[in-house]
Amino acid sequence: MSNIENTTFDMRVLDNLASKETVIHRIHPLAKLLTTVIYLTVVASFDRYEITGLLPLFLFPVLVITLAELPVKHLMKKMLLAAPFVLGIGILNPVFDHQVFVVGGLTLSKGWITFFSLVLKSGLMVLAALLLIATTGMDKLVSALRMLKVPKLFVLQLLLTYRYIAVLLEEVSLIWRAYSLRAPQQKGIHHKAWGSLIGQLILRTFERAQRVYQAMCLRGFTGEYNTGEHARITVGDIVYLVAWSLFFILARVYNIPMIIGSLLTGVVK
Amino acid sequence: MHMADALISPVVGGTMWAATAGVAAYSIKKIQNDLDEKKIPLMGVTAAFVFAAQMINFTIPGTGSSGHIGGGMLLAILLGPYAGFLAMASILLIQALFFADGGLLALGCNIFNLGFYTCFIAYPLIYKPIIAKGYTPKRIFGASLLAVVIGLQLGAFSVVLETLLSGKTELPFSTFVLLMQPIHLAIGVVEGLIVAAVVSFVWKERPEILEKVAMGESLGKVSIKRVSVVLAVAAIVTGGVLSWFASANPDGLEWSIFKTAGVEELEAPDGIHQTMAEIQSKVAFLPDYSFKAPEDENPASADESEGSASWPDVNSGTSVSGLVGGGLTLALATIIGFAVSMFKKRKHNQTA
Repeated sequence: MSNIENTTFDMRVLDNLASKETVIHRIHPLAKLLTTVIYLTVVASFDRYEITGLLPLFLFPVLVITLAELPVKHLMKKMLLAAPFVLGIGILNPVFDHQVFVVGGLTLSKGWITFFSLVLKSGLMVLAALLLIATTGMDKLVSALRMLKVPKLFVLQLLLTYRYIAVLLEEVSLIWRAYSLRAPQQKGIHHKAWGSLIGQLILRTFERAQRVYQAMCLRGFTGEYNTGEHARITVGDIVYLVAWSLFFILARVYNIPMIIGSLLTGVVK
Repeated sequence: MHMADALISPVVGGTMWAATAGVAAYSIKKIQNDLDEKKIPLMGVTAAFVFAAQMINFTIPGTGSSGHIGGGMLLAILLGPYAGFLAMASILLIQALFFADGGLLALGCNIFNLGFYTCFIAYPLIYKPIIAKGYTPKRIFGASLLAVVIGLQLGAFSVVLETLLSGKTELPFSTFVLLMQPIHLAIGVVEGLIVAAVVSFVWKERPEILEKVAMGESLGKVSIKRVSVVLAVAAIVTGGVLSWFASANPDGLEWSIFKTAGVEELEAPDGIHQTMAEIQSKVAFLPDYSFKAPEDENPASADESEGSASWPDVNSGTSVSGLVGGGLTLALATIIGFAVSMFKKRKHNQTA
C-alpha cells in the first residue's frame, strides 16, 4: 500500500521543514496563523471572473518559500495532487455557463474564465495552508490555538491524534502486509475479513490507548496540558501580520496589475 | 467528500466555521462533565486509528472496485457522539494542514458535513434507538447500515448547498444533486456494511467496549415515538425544500444565488466602487454582470489558452494593459523571490 508510505513520508517531510531556523520560522506562530487566515479569506472573496487581480497575491507564497528556504518542487507536487477535485467540478463551468466571449475569432464559453480563476485560487489556497504548517510545525501551531483560547481538551486530543497517526499507520501497513502475503493478488480486503481485520485493529488500538494512558500517569499526567511559557509576541511579529494584511487588502481593493499595465502602456504611447 | 477552499465563499466558510465551533464547544462541555481523563488518550489514539484505517481498501463483492471508510459513524459508536465529533474534527484538521485535503477555510464545512450529521443526527436518531433494546447481529447490521447511509446523504446534500451558496461554480442545483446523492448512496452502503461487520466483531470479542460507550454517553431516554416524530418532521421539511428547489427554474435559481453572492462580496468602499464603475463602463463586454470587478481576465486566459490578443468587442487598450500588467506582476513576484534568495546565499557565503 504505497499510499500509507506516502502519507508517512509527507508528514515527515513537513515536520522536518518545520524544524528549520529561518526568518519565517522564527515569527510567532499566532502571527503566521492569522496572516494565513486573512490571506485565505481575501483570496476566497475575489469574484469568480477574476484572474489578473489575483496575481499580486503570488508574492506571499513566493516570499515565504524563499525566505523559509522551502523546496519548491515538493510543494508544487503537493499542490497538483490536491487539484483533481477542484478541476473536476471546475471543468463543468464551461459547460454550464452559456455566456460567451470572443478571442481571436474563436467563440469560447465564459466558463473558461471562471475555470482558470478557480484553478488559480485553489493553487494559492492549498499552498498557503502547506506553507503555514511547513514553517510552523504542529507543536507551535497548537500553542497558537491555545493562545486563541481553544479548550485544552481539544488541543491535547489533537496533539495525541497527530502523534499517533505515524504509529497507527505503521500498524495498518503491518496488518496489510500480513494480509496480502496470505491472500495474494487481491486489490483490497475480502468482505469476509472486513470485520475481523478492522475489529482486531480496534482492539489493539484500545489496548494501546490504555498503555498510553498508564505511561502518561506514570509521568505525572493529571489531565493538564503543560506547554510551558508561550513565546512572546514581538514588534516584528506584529509588523509581519499588519504589513501582509495591508498588502492583501490593497491587492483586493485595487487591481494592481491593471494599474501597472495602464501606467506602462500609457507611457509607451 | 472534502470540500476545497477554492469552492467556497468567505461568508459560507465563516458561517460553517461558527456552526462547527458551536457544536465543538457544546461537545467539549458535555465530555468535561463525565470525563475521566482516561478518555483523552483514547480519543487521540482512536482518531489516529480512523485516520490510518481510511487508507485500507475493501474489495466490494461482485465488482472489481474497492471502497473505504469515512469514519464519522464508527467514531460515534466507539467514543460516543461528543468525543466522536471532536475526534473527527482533529482528523480533518490534520488532513487539511498536511495533505491539502480540503482547506482551512472549508474546514468548518467539512467538519460539519462529515462529523455533525453522523454524530448528532444519524447516531442518536437512528443507530441508538435501534440498538437500544440490546445488541443482536441483525440490529447491529440494520442500525449501522441505515445510520451511515443517512448520515452520508445529509452530508452530501449539505455539500451541494454550501457549494451553490458560495457561487464559485456554474453547476445547476438539480445536476449537482443528481450527481452527488446517488454516488454517496453507493459509498454509504459500502461503508455501512463495513461498519456493521466491524461493530459485530467488536461486539463478539469485547462487548464491554460498546457497552461502556452506551452507558457513559446516555442521551437520556430516547423514545422511539419522539424519534419517529422528529424524523417525520425532518422528512416533510426536506421534501418541501427539495420540491421548492426542483420546481423553480434551475437556471433562475442559480442566477439569483450567484447574484446575491456576488453582491455580498462587493461591499467595496465608495470611492473605489466609483472608479471601478468608471473603468467598467469602458469595458462593456460583461454587461450582464454589473456587480463584477471590471478588469479583464480575458487577457490572462487568452494568454494561457490562445496566445492571441485581438478583441473585437473590447477596448483593446484595456486588455493590453491587463496583459502587460499581469505579466509584469508575476515577473515582479518572481524577481523579488530570486533577489531574496540570491541575497540570502551571499550572506550565507560571507558568514561561512
